[in-house]
Amino acid sequence: MSTASVSVNRRSFLKVSAAAGGGLMVALYTDAFADLLAQGRQGGAPAAPLTPDAFITISPDGIATITGKNPEIGQGIKTALPMLIAEELDIDWKDVRVVQGDVSQVKFGGQSAGGSTAIPGNYTPMRQIGAAARAQLVAAAAAQWSVPEAELTTAAGKVMHAASKRTIGYGQLAAKAATMPAPALASVTLKDPKNFTIVGKNKVGVDVHKIVTGQALFGMDMNLPGMKFAVYEKCPVFGGTVVSANTEEIKALPGITACFVVAPGPSLANGVAIVADTWWTANQARTKLKIQWNEGTTATNSTMGFDRSALEFSKKAPQTVTRNDGDHGVAMKEAAKTVDAAYQYPFLVHAQLEPMNCTAAFKDGKMEMWATSQTPQQGLSLAATACGIAPTDITMHLMRMGGGFGRRLANDYIAESAVIAKNVPGVPVQLRWTREDDMRSDVYHRAAGWHFLSGGVDASGKITAWRDHFVTVGKGTMPSGSATLGMNEFPARFVPNFSIVQSINESGIPTGPMRAPGSNALAFVMQSFIDELAHAAGKDPVAFRVALLDSTPLPIPQTQGPGGGGGGGGFNAARAKGVVELVAAKSGWGKRTLPKGTGMGIAFHFSHSGYFAEVAEVTVDAQKRVKVNKVWVVGDIGRQIVNPSNANNQAEGCVVDGLGQAMGLEITIDGGKVVQKNFNQYPLIRMKDAPTTIQVDYLLSDNNPTGIGEPAMPPSIPALCNAIFAATGERVRSLPLIKHGFSWA
Amino acid sequence: MAYTLNVNGKSVSVDVPGDMPLLWVLRDVLHLYGTKYGCGVGQCGACTVHIRGRAAKACQVPVQNATAAPIVTIEGLSADGSHPVQKAWEELDVPQCGYCQAGQIMSAAALLATTPKPTDAEIDTAMNGNICRCGTYLRIRDGIKRASGQPVNMTTGRGE
Ligand code: FES
Ligand code: FES
Repeated sequence: MSTASVSVNRRSFLKVSAAAGGGLMVALYTDAFADLLAQGRQGGAPAAPLTPDAFITISPDGIATITGKNPEIGQGIKTALPMLIAEELDIDWKDVRVVQGDVSQVKFGGQSAGGSTAIPGNYTPMRQIGAAARAQLVAAAAAQWSVPEAELTTAAGKVMHAASKRTIGYGQLAAKAATMPAPALASVTLKDPKNFTIVGKNKVGVDVHKIVTGQALFGMDMNLPGMKFAVYEKCPVFGGTVVSANTEEIKALPGITACFVVAPGPSLANGVAIVADTWWTANQARTKLKIQWNEGTTATNSTMGFDRSALEFSKKAPQTVTRNDGDHGVAMKEAAKTVDAAYQYPFLVHAQLEPMNCTAAFKDGKMEMWATSQTPQQGLSLAATACGIAPTDITMHLMRMGGGFGRRLANDYIAESAVIAKNVPGVPVQLRWTREDDMRSDVYHRAAGWHFLSGGVDASGKITAWRDHFVTVGKGTMPSGSATLGMNEFPARFVPNFSIVQSINESGIPTGPMRAPGSNALAFVMQSFIDELAHAAGKDPVAFRVALLDSTPLPIPQTQGPGGGGGGGGFNAARAKGVVELVAAKSGWGKRTLPKGTGMGIAFHFSHSGYFAEVAEVTVDAQKRVKVNKVWVVGDIGRQIVNPSNANNQAEGCVVDGLGQAMGLEITIDGGKVVQKNFNQYPLIRMKDAPTTIQVDYLLSDNNPTGIGEPAMPPSIPALCNAIFAATGERVRSLPLIKHGFSWA
Repeated sequence: MAYTLNVNGKSVSVDVPGDMPLLWVLRDVLHLYGTKYGCGVGQCGACTVHIRGRAAKACQVPVQNATAAPIVTIEGLSADGSHPVQKAWEELDVPQCGYCQAGQIMSAAALLATTPKPTDAEIDTAMNGNICRCGTYLRIRDGIKRASGQPVNMTTGRGE
């Protein structure tokens, strides 16, 4: 749609579209909006000005084009944020078209997909934008009819004056409304949620029709006239560098445009780029590449070495003490029952289905890019740094992404793409990774970890002692990214004699956030060991957890960060108990007689501001083949589910993801390299192995709405492992399950 | 070398190396972007198309072997998204990221062409070559049931 530059109030919230004539744009008071964004929970929402009319355009036929500002990775935000705007704009959803916003902090404020922050950070601001636009439309109608605004109402894209029985569509008002004074965002009146007609209703994703008809949408679908293709070869050992490469020989091959060494830089690994007429030609040329690498120090890293040294650490005094309450040693001596257990989980890669790619064209000092990124504004800065141009000389368009899971929080491939394009000025180039590239050079992994636990319960069945010697990967005494265990991770504060101590496996393997960072592994350890202690105490696993949550916790000192669970505010035991009790009720916990070989397991976890409890029912046969019969999910993510159809999809996907990881996924390192090359060695869960029923329920609580894409995932793994224990008596203390002879039925 | 293909009912000529996989011919030469690349080794099914009416992984078919048979991609499954599988996918709001879904739809459509009312076991077998990293398997199963006129498991709400 072409947009006419109708000169309107620059602060208007409405833009007039020329597709069919005039449009209305709502203007934002930028300072107010920045404040709201800054209030948005942690991360991803820097205070920044934005362009008032960037969000809503109304054309004369009454169609509102709403911009989805955040990256769409499959979490459904391209639908959810426009729903919030449309709700307060008071328009029919069928009259809304959604477009993806380009990358611009000036226009949109923060744009990111990570930490399940988009709903908490944007729930109110997006509504206010919609309400401000509505206010301008109402003001325009009042002026046109010379009646007080207070006598006007709106519904389904129309302004009504009941007394005179007059009605006018937004499309007819748009041009005038865009010239009306824009209200202060903080002063606009928001709807009473009980009057919502869009938010809280199931809405099909705005791109679903395009997806099912195969239209070009994704990063890799980008095509430009004269576009060439690039591949980028890096050292298979992390941190390795190029000593020499036969670039001249490669350049001489037919169809090759360029071949050159790219120097290392921030978030940019040293490597060799090949640009060719077709991607197939470029990729085939890689087989003729002869590169001498300096593999560097990481070449000594191996999973076997890490496992061995973790075991050695467990027998020694820890390097650091993270937390120490009471006296664990004395409590263990006094305990009625004690349990010692060594837990372990592997490295993982994100394995989003669309491999990394980016398209860039560099001409006359300006760069235009078509990128996938969960942090596109940072991606733009990184590209600028990598090729030594100003950020203002880069225009970046955001493409739909074939999954994120945290992989696209890093923008290494954007830096690669920018540098490659700059080397062939005037030629648009698409950089495309193979799956093998993606798997061997995931810019960071979910960190492997080792937990040496010892716990005790007293005669009444209460946990009195808990010690976790956490061995993680890192350098010196600094854990690698997302490889930490915080001092307030549950059940910290709820056990009187409690300590977390830490030692570090020296490692050059990059690690970082993957869906529900930290939590995706820690929930398995904590909720499994709690289950072990419940069993030792002879208590029902649900009752045992409820009693633990009922005990009075130690306070969180002011000086410390929020209580466990991947950030997102302090842990609230009452909310955790709420989801545990509800999931027990929903699943008929303790009320159903299960056949031999069938068992139920429960787990809960708090992360990213969300509380989730899950119950898995599994049947395990004599050959250790596991069938997940059903999973029940209960989440407390506040008072409003924005788009239930999508939230349910996320919850189901989180469970399926967790079950798949638990059963089969492991990245091993040998000689500083990833051993697994493709999906045949990294068996993602398939349809036949996924449960056919996952029941998702929400415990609506009087809290601000928060995200679901991450917090629903962590409990699924311990729920499965606890169910396997209930079914078989075999306690799983390390992942994946296939290492213990389990398989899907 | 020039090869003549029959894609979505049209005869097209392409000048490419004979060992170039059909996937890249479809995407990079014919600009049909619905067929996706996920692994290139026949593991994920993102590249699923129909060859002679049967589901086939386009990354595993060298173009020189694809000249004799009619090929249908997601773009050719229907003119306007009206194939029952496409309609069911929309009704039930199946996709998350959507990247796998063209391949899922092509596998499902091939199944229904031979098995109008598939059982769960038949669905499992037919869909085993398609990975959905986002984990939309419950909805994919429901989509196949909806498209084949069978009752759908609506334990958890989906679609409008
Ligand atoms: S791309 Fe063909 S099966 Fe994965
Ligand atoms: S919807 Fe994302 S891979 Fe299937």
